[in-house]
Amino acid sequence: MSGGDLASGGGPLPPSDDPWVRLRTATSARIGLGRRGDAMPLGAVLDFQLDHARARDAVHAALDTAALAAALAPNPVVQVRSAAPDRATYLRRPDLGRVLEAGTTLEAVTGGVDLVFVIGDGLSARAVQSQAAALVHACLARLDGVSIAPIVVATQARVALGDPIGDGLGARLSAVLIGERPGLSVADSLGIYLTHAPRPGRRDAERNCISNIHERGLSLARAADTLAWLVREALRRGVTGVALKENRGDEMGQAVTGGTAPALPPATDR
Amino acid sequence: MAYRCDLGGERYAFADLRHVMAAASPRRSGDELAGLAATSDAQRIAARRVLADLPLAVFLTEALVPYEADEVTRLILDTHDAAAFAPVAHLTVGGFRDWLLSRAATTEGLAALAPGLTPEMVAAVSKLMRAQDLIVVARKCRVVTAFRTTLGLPGRLGTRLQPNHPTDDPRGIAASVLDGLLYGVGDACIGVNPATDNVENARALMIMLDELRQLYDIPAQTCVLTHVTNALAILERGAPVDLVFQSVAGTEAANRGFGVDLAVLAEAHDAVRGLKRGTVGDHAMYFETGQGAALSADAHHGIDQQTVEARAYAVARAFRPLLVNTVVGFIGPEYLYDGKQIARAGLEDHFCGKLLGLPMGCDVCYTNHAEADQDDMDGLMTLLTVAGCSFLIAVPGSDDIMLNYQSLSFHDVLTLRGTLNVRAAPEFEAWLDRMGLATPDGGVRELEPRHPSLARLLDHAERVA
Repeated sequence: MSGGDLASGGGPLPPSDDPWVRLRTATSARIGLGRRGDAMPLGAVLDFQLDHARARDAVHAALDTAALAAALAPNPVVQVRSAAPDRATYLRRPDLGRVLEAGTTLEAVTGGVDLVFVIGDGLSARAVQSQAAALVHACLARLDGVSIAPIVVATQARVALGDPIGDGLGARLSAVLIGERPGLSVADSLGIYLTHAPRPGRRDAERNCISNIHERGLSLARAADTLAWLVREALRRGVTGVALKENRGDEMGQAVTGGTAPALPPATDR
Repeated sequence: MAYRCDLGGERYAFADLRHVMAAASPRRSGDELAGLAATSDAQRIAARRVLADLPLAVFLTEALVPYEADEVTRLILDTHDAAAFAPVAHLTVGGFRDWLLSRAATTEGLAALAPGLTPEMVAAVSKLMRAQDLIVVARKCRVVTAFRTTLGLPGRLGTRLQPNHPTDDPRGIAASVLDGLLYGVGDACIGVNPATDNVENARALMIMLDELRQLYDIPAQTCVLTHVTNALAILERGAPVDLVFQSVAGTEAANRGFGVDLAVLAEAHDAVRGLKRGTVGDHAMYFETGQGAALSADAHHGIDQQTVEARAYAVARAFRPLLVNTVVGFIGPEYLYDGKQIARAGLEDHFCGKLLGLPMGCDVCYTNHAEADQDDMDGLMTLLTVAGCSFLIAVPGSDDIMLNYQSLSFHDVLTLRGTLNVRAAPEFEAWLDRMGLATPDGGVRELEPRHPSLARLLDHAERVA
């Protein structure tokens, strides 16, 4: 049911009478809501509350690692945890989400390996649950000739957890697939962070990011295309981050960013 | 130098002034993350006792960030006005708190005092003040700035209209601008955060916003919140730049993380003032700040996040800004955990900015991983308006669809104006009247959906975009 039906003073206008209809095709912003006194109509208030509730649920949901491992078959999967024991600690202590739980041992791949996929819950387990396995399969199909380590599934994970993991496995590249901070309109957006020579202490500017992967954003296929291109370039040139971004022109559109100076203090899942 | 305090039969020791300041701060997740917070609630009060007895002038001799290592410290100490400081130079930090709350501290007296205060002094005294103290004193401060509107006058509340769009679609941005104007929002600034931050894109948005402004003859300033170096490049090529924007922080290293230093800010300030686009004033800089920015850049020098935030105001103060605001809940729960911490930080930042003489506003906001919701924002917006906040930020329906966080809504602005009797800037109010949007009691008229002028406005906006 549209919440607008609940508002006093009648429901939403029929499209023929709503002067905002044409402009709404240009933005998903909450424009032309109307007023009840100075306040929002109740329908708009409840729509907003539902979106906020969904975003909060996505932040606090737990990743079903068994289901994810099954979806990743037949690829071998290794499960690890960060040093953050629970979600409450994870949210307060991003530093703990960047290091592995004490006592974790990773067996280096003999002779080294080109790439390790690290799937981390990040701030939206929902995004990971619904998209990560399909994205990995799509990437693998585009990475013939690139040697791949066992896939690592990490919980209470930040992006930089890929550094000790990649380091421990002896991987030349780590690709961290992670749930992005949910917004009101999108609660299941996935990001990929690619890092050359991962090891603890890598900076954000040394990574390439493909963000906004979800149903209404960047498609899985395009994200996989972009990642495959970045992986081959990174292996060939031995670098990721700003340096890799600068030389690639507009070929990949806006999907890829290297580290740049932020316009605002960061509100990220890094 | 070590500091000690005996409290209830227990002895509390603090290694240095930084430790006293950090331990005296109200509990917040950012200081805990940095390992600087008080280890117990009792220790926090002991630190406040120590702080209360310290001479205010201690901050002139004991730099929390070394003078040699940091250009922000050098800016603070080199530009300190000893004559302005003289009336309170003999006071302790606690004595300063009492004086600020007394009738001796008048609006005129506080304005004259501002150049004599350092960020560390105002941060220190804020730690000894309850929320109501922060409100009472900030309310006494008056900071008036102007460009095409005059901001900071008594009984006024300015607003920045923030029409962000995830792909910078000009029609989408114009739609949000128009929506806000119909609620009487935008007198402080119509300012868009670009999704893609480069010269070409920012310049195109500036031209679009300026055309929209001229089309409706709006007495307001527009701003594309692009990096200052982009603004400089755009200024060189010629574009309608009203305000130059930059995020700033409280240490040289943190500013480097933002890709700026004092020299480039000075260059931009000179360049934009040279355009002389303001009609009723020439304040042409816009700065944003926020607690936690320095720690997130690992550039906090062991200082608590509220004190290092106040140092960012010294950076802003050096360039005669039209607008400064803290983006208080944007940074996330690892710095400000919940609605309580966000509200306290918002009041502190507003108070510290005002005491230092800044036209201080606030982005009352939160992210979805913080323990906060609209009720918390309703509280903070009310507190800040009572405190005389210069301006607040508002977006359509509280939902910023580009930055993915929640700020105030245009409706919230109407509510504040209606309940607390605060009005838009006088020039903007006169424009609302000319547009037939003002009601006799200072409110904003709601246009019926079928009202011909609404259809006309929307048509115009579509054509410009």
